[in-house]
Amino acid sequence: MPRTMLDKIWDAHVVHSEAGHPDLIYIALHLLHEVTSAQAFEGLRLAGRGVRRPDLCVATIDHNVPTTDRSLPIVDNLARRQIEALRTNAAEFDVTFYDIDSPHQGIVHVIGPELGLTQPGMTIVCGDSHTSTHGAFGALAFGIGTSQVEHVLATQCLPLTRPKSMEIRVNGALPPGVTAKDLILGIISHIGIDGGVGHVIEYTGEAVRTLSMEGRMTVCNMSIEAGARAGMIAPDQETARYLRGRPNAPGADVFDEAVARWEGFRTDEGAVFDRTVEIDATSLEPFVTWGTNPGMTVPVTGSVPRLEDATSPDDLEAMERALAYMDLKPGTPIQDVTVDRVFVGSCTNARLDDLRAAAAILDGRKVHERVQAMVVPGSGAIKRAAEVEGLDRIFLEAGFEWREAGCSMCLGMNPDILGPGERCASTSNRNFEGRQGRGGRTHLVSPEMAAAAAVAGHFVDVREWMSP
Amino acid sequence: MIAFTSHEGMVAPLDRVDVDTDQIIPKQFLKRIERTGYGQFLFHDWRNRPDGTPDPDFVLNRSEHLSATILVTGRNFGCGSSREHAAWALLEHGFRAVISSGFADIFKSNCHQNGLLPVELSAAEVAHVMASAQSEGGCRLTVDLEAQVVRDQDGWSATFSMDPFQRRCLLEGLDDIALTLQHEGRIDAFEKNRVVLS
Repeated sequence: MPRTMLDKIWDAHVVHSEAGHPDLIYIALHLLHEVTSAQAFEGLRLAGRGVRRPDLCVATIDHNVPTTDRSLPIVDNLARRQIEALRTNAAEFDVTFYDIDSPHQGIVHVIGPELGLTQPGMTIVCGDSHTSTHGAFGALAFGIGTSQVEHVLATQCLPLTRPKSMEIRVNGALPPGVTAKDLILGIISHIGIDGGVGHVIEYTGEAVRTLSMEGRMTVCNMSIEAGARAGMIAPDQETARYLRGRPNAPGADVFDEAVARWEGFRTDEGAVFDRTVEIDATSLEPFVTWGTNPGMTVPVTGSVPRLEDATSPDDLEAMERALAYMDLKPGTPIQDVTVDRVFVGSCTNARLDDLRAAAAILDGRKVHERVQAMVVPGSGAIKRAAEVEGLDRIFLEAGFEWREAGCSMCLGMNPDILGPGERCASTSNRNFEGRQGRGGRTHLVSPEMAAAAAVAGHFVDVREWMSP
Repeated sequence: MIAFTSHEGMVAPLDRVDVDTDQIIPKQFLKRIERTGYGQFLFHDWRNRPDGTPDPDFVLNRSEHLSATILVTGRNFGCGSSREHAAWALLEHGFRAVISSGFADIFKSNCHQNGLLPVELSAAEVAHVMASAQSEGGCRLTVDLEAQVVRDQDGWSATFSMDPFQRRCLLEGLDDIALTLQHEGRIDAFEKNRVVLS
């Protein structure tokens, strides 16, 4: 019987299956960071348990780390204690740990692929909802809570019920200036922020196949913003191109064998998904979120919605709350909305391609005098690569700050936060109330759109700035 | 994990949809390395004004809801971040069950891990409980996991479904790591047969 990629990866990792019970699923890679792991290691200690496969765990610090001078001590005592806890736990349980001064430090979902740890056909977990990023390689990758982190540390397995499968087929090609970020924002607004609950999404179709690995990661990253358990894209030659030669990828002697095996995980012709949604890529535009969840989106040519656009009493109330929080008037053209801050960063959009795209817009231009703008590369390696290309100089000359790698203002656990009432064009993934700082107002956009907003001081249709 | 068999308590109505975990417990309170100490920060930015004083208009600050142990709320509760701190904060504040027409997957799993019961009812049933909790005198409910029923004292009731394994773990307060470790021989065998190209 034809099987989906989800089925094939699932079946390949079943340790034990029994009627009336969840399947016991083996976890191929466990990524850890400082915020969701301390209680898990403490749980092991209290129960007298060890880490079953430290060689399948990789830890780094990303959420709390300052993005300014790393030679200075961390002034936030609680953050420092949390970072020290992971340092100690990794040493005690013999887990590979990329510390603040490691060349491999970065956002956990950026360094996994970068180091070749993330590979097709794997089951990957991390105590972080954006673990869905790794599905871009044709892996089954999903976020878990701290109790489950402890479970995987102790057993390298999780008892899980097979999620449903959803195909999102994106037909046609993305128009010029419409990015992977716009594609996923368009998908989320189409299926809704709970449209994917209980499902693993497989993205297929021409527009997905032609995305770079970086773009595929952006799409899969925000699967959780549609409520999905995970997102995935079938491995192909682009996946192999990306992974070849990376430190933890299969070596040259077995690489072709690995690629053949990876392609075996692709969904079979004729496999049936529980649900299929079709999207027309040619109809998409650059998007800007106007509200307080990632489904509250308008095309850059559009306006903040009017109350009469609400489809139910619940939606109306949510819309009213969001308009009040965001301090926006219904019907305002989104391009009339001014910004105070611009953030280019996060596990959604802080890879080298993203930085290049933003820099291409900024080259020879200056950040608007009212705007404070920063770039936080996704990893130390990306920062160094960008500096080799001279991207740092473009950002600095335009008036951006050029920071060290971390999650930074995506969630503002470190000192990088919005002040009350500040409005930010952000390449991150969540525009929830207070996400980037209490009272801060977040508009999610692509790196290109963020760069253009930084220059103009308000949202603009970046397509008008691009040479034909 | 604390077991959940049956619980009777007052219901607090949080009449909002898509409540994300950033609202349940904001990020600035995730830096502790303990499992405790989060209850005081539950819905922090909604419960407290920017100057730090409690907002008397927020539903959980109203005197009639201070002793509530069941939360009823709109669809897609717990969306967003995987932070288990959200479940810890709800429990520590005193909630034992949350009623909604839909929960985000990771949040639901985190509830199961901690003995906080996510009760999924139909939108109409949630609306009934919401209206009852908002009415004068409030709403007292019994959530019975054994029978998979929610009932009030006036004879209204609604059934809910639940994964049988999760139900058993909750009823018995089982340590699911210990259950997995019963399969250690199978995990050994799986690892022995696994081919990894490196």
